[in-house]
Amino acid sequence: MHMNNHIHHDGTFSSFILTLPFILALMGYVFASVISSRHHKPWPLYRTILFILGVTCAMAAVIGPLADRAHTDFTAHMLGHLLLGMLAPLLMVLARPMTLILRTLHVQTARHISSILRSRPMSILNHPIVTSLLNIGGLWILYTTDLYVLMHQYILLHILIHIHVFLAGYLFTASLIYVDPTPHRYSFTYRLIVFWMALAGHGILSKAIYAHPPTGVPTSQAETGGMLMYYGGDAIDLVMIFILCYQWYKGSWPRALKAMSS
Amino acid sequence: MSTQTVNPKIKSNDPTRYVYSARNFWSGFLFGLGLVAFIDEAVFHQLLHWHHFYDKSTTDLGLVSDGLFHAFSWFATIGALFMFADLRRRNALWLTRWVGGLLFGAGLFQLYDGIIQHKLMRLHQIRYNVNILPYDLVWNITALIMLLIGIILLIRTRQGSPQEERNASNAYE
Repeated sequence: MHMNNHIHHDGTFSSFILTLPFILALMGYVFASVISSRHHKPWPLYRTILFILGVTCAMAAVIGPLADRAHTDFTAHMLGHLLLGMLAPLLMVLARPMTLILRTLHVQTARHISSILRSRPMSILNHPIVTSLLNIGGLWILYTTDLYVLMHQYILLHILIHIHVFLAGYLFTASLIYVDPTPHRYSFTYRLIVFWMALAGHGILSKAIYAHPPTGVPTSQAETGGMLMYYGGDAIDLVMIFILCYQWYKGSWPRALKAMSS
Repeated sequence: MSTQTVNPKIKSNDPTRYVYSARNFWSGFLFGLGLVAFIDEAVFHQLLHWHHFYDKSTTDLGLVSDGLFHAFSWFATIGALFMFADLRRRNALWLTRWVGGLLFGAGLFQLYDGIIQHKLMRLHQIRYNVNILPYDLVWNITALIMLLIGIILLIRTRQGSPQEERNASNAYE
């Protein structure tokens, strides 16, 4: 009982810390879309809507009833993981925040930022294998070691892991689906193979959780949580596979024929 | 040009479909693989509840194999359909070869699932609490029949096979 109170008290603090960046990002996004539309073509409304939906998904995982239940219920935790680590990143990547930033800033500042994007550290963070390891590897460590138990005891760890889940999910998505400016590009085949391995790693981990519950998680919750991770992950990755294949389909049509058919 | 209207056996896309012969095969093959995986998931796991999500006797290798094939089946299904659309817009679709690839892929994967995954890796059985032998026989014999028809269709649509050459020469008589 004492422990529950302890978590609940700290939960408010960690919710606040984790919500703040998303609220700031949303305000910045809407502000930039309005400002930049004065000098450029109007920023498409659907992208702003995608970003709002993405932020809503991420916030649902860190504040409110689902986040509260996630402390004690593994299935709720897993739903939060799907929202924060997969669906929110996908929606936000599709909203093209980097394109928006670059067109809003002054040319000089924008050039500076794109030179940072081209730098070596950024190219490493955009490598599909690196982002897959950060994303799927991180989850393996979280659920197969005692980290999951420790996360509920140490508030700092709780905050760090949630930030990691979102950022790793975002980098992973952005390294596979190129909609924002991407200086270091990899072929479709390369990205498809890495994506396949990552999705397999996600599926295998889901069944491993089902079979061997993480420390402190009751068997029944591990079973529903594992199945939710397996099928929920499939559903979101299906959308990503569809987008990736559609980009191949559009890109593989020779330009000359494109002009003829249109 | 006039021979095409005289002999309906020759399709108008003959030259292009030879160029894209391999893509016709792969599109069909991948779709066949994805189709079997989808039927396995939708019918045997979700509708009938015969297959189990996890079986305690599963080997670690079985878990890895299932993970790889399950993930691959989504890429195969979606990728194959985009390839199909690509063949159509290039006017290069060769349906017989595509169906040959489909049956070959479907039969091959079902045989792998039925013998390697179900039996050797003990991923899960087709159904529980029944005499499993008739189920295994139907499963694997169906797979073999698909595989054989697939191979026959693929041989008949081989580029420059006697059958095709005869058709082609008939057209210009």
